[in-house]
Amino acid sequence: MKTLEPILREHPFFEGLEPSYLALIVGCASNVVFKAGDVLFRDGEEANLFYLIRHGRLALELTSERGPFTMLTIGDGEILGWSWIIPPYHWHFSARAVEDTRAITLDGNCLRAKCEEDHHLGYELLKRFARILEDRLRATQLQLLDVYCPYPGEKR
Amino acid sequence: MSPGPCESPMRPQPYVVRGVRRETHDVFTLELEPAGDAAPLAFGPGQFTMLYAFGMGEVPISISGDPAGNTMLVHTIRAVGTVTRALERCRKGDVLGVRGPFGTCWPVDEAAGKDVVLAAGGIGLAPLRSVMYRLLARRERYGRIALLYGTRTPEDIVYRDELEEWRGRLDLNVQVTVDRAGSDWRGNVGAVTTLLPRAEFDPANTVAMFCGPEVMMRFTMLALMKRGLQAEQMYLSMERNMKCGIGLCGHCQLGPFFICKDGPVFPYDRVKWLFGREEI
Ligand SMILES: Cc1cc2nc3c(=O)[nH]c(=O)nc-3n(C[C@H](O)[C@H](O)[C@H](O)COP(=O)(O)OP(=O)(O)OC[C@H]3O[C@@H](n4cnc5c(N)ncnc54)[C@H](O)[C@@H]3O)c2cc1C
Ligand code: FES
Repeated sequence: MKTLEPILREHPFFEGLEPSYLALIVGCASNVVFKAGDVLFRDGEEANLFYLIRHGRLALELTSERGPFTMLTIGDGEILGWSWIIPPYHWHFSARAVEDTRAITLDGNCLRAKCEEDHHLGYELLKRFARILEDRLRATQLQLLDVYCPYPGEKR
Repeated sequence: MSPGPCESPMRPQPYVVRGVRRETHDVFTLELEPAGDAAPLAFGPGQFTMLYAFGMGEVPISISGDPAGNTMLVHTIRAVGTVTRALERCRKGDVLGVRGPFGTCWPVDEAAGKDVVLAAGGIGLAPLRSVMYRLLARRERYGRIALLYGTRTPEDIVYRDELEEWRGRLDLNVQVTVDRAGSDWRGNVGAVTTLLPRAEFDPANTVAMFCGPEVMMRFTMLALMKRGLQAEQMYLSMERNMKCGIGLCGHCQLGPFFICKDGPVFPYDRVKWLFGREEI
């Protein structure tokens, strides 16, 4: 059977990770495909996965009384989901495929067990997720500033 | 060297409006031709003119046309206040005053042999469009070219036709994102920094140019530094209120610089200590 290891190795998220760790992680990985419009998961559901996007585009949505609102779209080479590391492991938004999307899922239970056994692996993964968290936080701050609005206080 | 104004830099030259194009609900593009048999304006990408709506006032506006195009002077303007709204009311055949071109240029020649990343926010795409024309005219001189453009909503996207044409090219990476969108929008949502992971470039051999609100440029520069770019590889265009446009009145002063003369395009390492500081 063809292993997913070469795909994981080429994904930017795992750049520079020791090959022995990749070999461990690949045991938690599976290939998935979504059609445009498919819902990957919904806000509040249990989060026991994260996704490495290979090709395609996903929308991360929050739903309020006014309906669904897209906060962010993510695409090739990006990562979706860190709720699998943070108890109580629930999604805080929904994810929907905007285009046909190919991804790798990594099983959170499986990874957590491996990280508990080997804290160096856990630290390597946490460093990578911390970077993504920081990037997303900064991007959200910029988005919230509404910097392209020439008329402060305007609602359009 | 940046082209300079041809005649007395303080005397507006008459230009006739030859074309008006609506880009979005508050942004429009004017095509201007020198009145009479005056020569067309030679300019470099990044330079600006002082546009005078007679009886209303004068504002600095970047030149957004093709530096090699030798007829029309092109400006894309967002109507935000007194003068820009007066300019919005211009119709074909109207006459405006033009002084310039003024200011420094984007480092298009210095970028030869390198990858180029352009990051534009909102109306900041206007001066970077001149850069795109220059890069595309000599495409073979450059490595990978990425244009990353962020704006407020899908309705605020300027130069739509051109962006779509450029996106269709195999030798360009053109990405557009919006801060907010309805569910009918099929494109990207998120700040312009979220496009950076999708741009491929060699951090050691890249020149990056930014134009947009200062906070957007600051966030983008920090994100690029994380990807390994150094301050001296990055250039940005600064904005301040202007009057004379030629370094006389001090209106556009920022620390030791006059934006109209020392800028508007600066290497980031020259101005980084001033960046994001309120008290200057
Ligand atoms: C070098 C340079 C190049 C520029 N290039 C362009 C360009 O290509 N296209 C373009 O549309 N503008 C450009 N600008 C900005 C433009 O000069 C200003 O928008 C213009 O001076 C506003 O004049 P006004 O009389 O219409 O507005 P004012 O009556 O002076 O201002 C009205 C309101 O608009 C706000 N305002 C003023 N300027 C801006 C601004 N830049 N952004 C958001 N709100 C503002 C003011 O705070 C005020 O609340 C450039 C500025 C500089 C310094
Ligand atoms: S506008 Fe007068 S010094 Fe710059």
